[in-house]
Amino acid sequence: MSHDLYREVILAHAQSPYNHGTLPDATCHSHQDNPTCGDEIDLYAEVRDGRIVEVRFESQGCAISTASASMMTEAIKGRTVEDAARLLASFRAFITAGDLLDPTLEELEALEGVRRLPARVKCAMLAWRALEEVIACGRGRA
Amino acid sequence: MRNVRADFPILNQTVHGRPLVYLDNAATSQKPQAVIDAQAAYYRTINANVHRGIHALSEAATHAYEEARRKVAAFIHAPQTEEVIFTRNTTEGINLVANAWGRKFLKAGDAVLLTVMEHHSNLVPWQILRDQIGIEVRYLPVHDDGTLDLSDLERRLDGVKLVSFVHASNVLGTINPVRQIADAAHAAGAVVLVDGAQALLHLPVDVQALGCDFYAFSGHKMCGPTGIGVLWGRLALLEAMNPFLGGGDMIVKVELERVTYAEPPAKFEAGTPPIAEAITLGAAVDYLNCVGMAEIAAYEHDLTAYALGKLREVEGLRLLGNAPERGAVFAFTLGNIHAHDLSTLLDERGIAIRAGHHCAQPLGKRFGVPASARASLAFYNQPAEVDALIDGLHHALEVFHVS
Ligand SMILES: Cc1ncc(COP(=O)(O)O)c(C=O)c1O
Repeated sequence: MSHDLYREVILAHAQSPYNHGTLPDATCHSHQDNPTCGDEIDLYAEVRDGRIVEVRFESQGCAISTASASMMTEAIKGRTVEDAARLLASFRAFITAGDLLDPTLEELEALEGVRRLPARVKCAMLAWRALEEVIACGRGRA
Repeated sequence: MRNVRADFPILNQTVHGRPLVYLDNAATSQKPQAVIDAQAAYYRTINANVHRGIHALSEAATHAYEEARRKVAAFIHAPQTEEVIFTRNTTEGINLVANAWGRKFLKAGDAVLLTVMEHHSNLVPWQILRDQIGIEVRYLPVHDDGTLDLSDLERRLDGVKLVSFVHASNVLGTINPVRQIADAAHAAGAVVLVDGAQALLHLPVDVQALGCDFYAFSGHKMCGPTGIGVLWGRLALLEAMNPFLGGGDMIVKVELERVTYAEPPAKFEAGTPPIAEAITLGAAVDYLNCVGMAEIAAYEHDLTAYALGKLREVEGLRLLGNAPERGAVFAFTLGNIHAHDLSTLLDERGIAIRAGHHCAQPLGKRFGVPASARASLAFYNQPAEVDALIDGLHHALEVFHVS
């Protein structure tokens, strides 16, 4: 059965997330907690010459946060840190203000239903808050 | 028990197009019309500051405020009315003991015994003392069935100055054997504080029969307003303790060189208290007395059995805790569906539950579940609402393709 929030693409990402695991060669790492619910994420990235060459995450969280992390890592892998920063700004504006998404993030449109649930916006943003730290770290290295 | 449903106007509404099914009573209870009216009546007729003005309204407000204290004292069978201190909530009551008693009577190396099933409000105040004055904090373990492991109680009590634990768990539903623990603690020379936040709405509470020394609870979890709580303590302890907050109302005399503190309860009620809230809590006590705590406990006993039977039939549902002595609080996981997702799917059907760690992270860790769903019932819930929950769980299983 289909559901407007839990669309198939979200369930698919949540059940078998991409880029799941650790990254021994990580140069940047961020750990984020969602204190209201105890959800956690660890985001690992290998940044070389201003480019995110590899990215992985480990998390303990709901379908929304896991799917968001899976799609986010797919979107930023191989991109420059500056590109990732642009995508982060786009996703944040999409989820909090209803702005149009950058076409690169097309798949994340599936999270549209989260916008009417303020308590769940934090779940969708968790991985992106980790990305924000990874971006700061990546810039520091550039 | 008489039919109470109509007493709660908030329950008569639809949420997302469905009748509201409120199963988050452990977070906060709903308020009957009588309680809502009492607060409005206070502001409409006698609002004034207490213990200060020499005028009719102030006297009326002071009288109503102290009358509320008497009602609360009688409700929990306190030996003396002066032993009832108004606080903001349970959290403040526990912090009051940690600071006003703890900082006077605990020193580095002294031990405090808590349990693994405590709410953060009964963990952090003691961890603060551990970090600041070097006390030792110990924990009674919890069995798989959600009861406390008391096997080694005597040994664990060695060197303990204070034991503090929850009367009724806000996660497992377990009702702890307060008397047994209190007696053992007293035999070891320790003082006993009980967190009663989850008890007052559900069972008759008699602090003398429980045998504790302090008992803390929140008004908003017993049909009363937010912003008001109670700490009951034995008078001799209250007299011996330090004051908590300093300011107006808690003094007899202030000079630039010295200050003389008031006697309890004023000693612990600095500043303008939550007057309207205390008086309204008195109205909540009247209401609960009118329905009858024994009747409430009997009704909830049956509702608990009904809910347990239904929940156990749901495939893939794992209940946390299964204590023989328990209340209508059910924390659970369902397959690998995260509690947040479950809560959102139920909310779409008008069903309010809580999802997360329920402010008891160490307990979640003990059971290996960082987040769980929690349905908590009260005497105004009905079996049909349990059925709605069960239908909602089946719906979630379908959405997540589990069945
Ligand atoms: C067992 C227990 N203790 C303490 C508290 C804290 O209550 P309050 O937030 O009203 O201070 C709660 C409520 O969340 C609770 O369930």
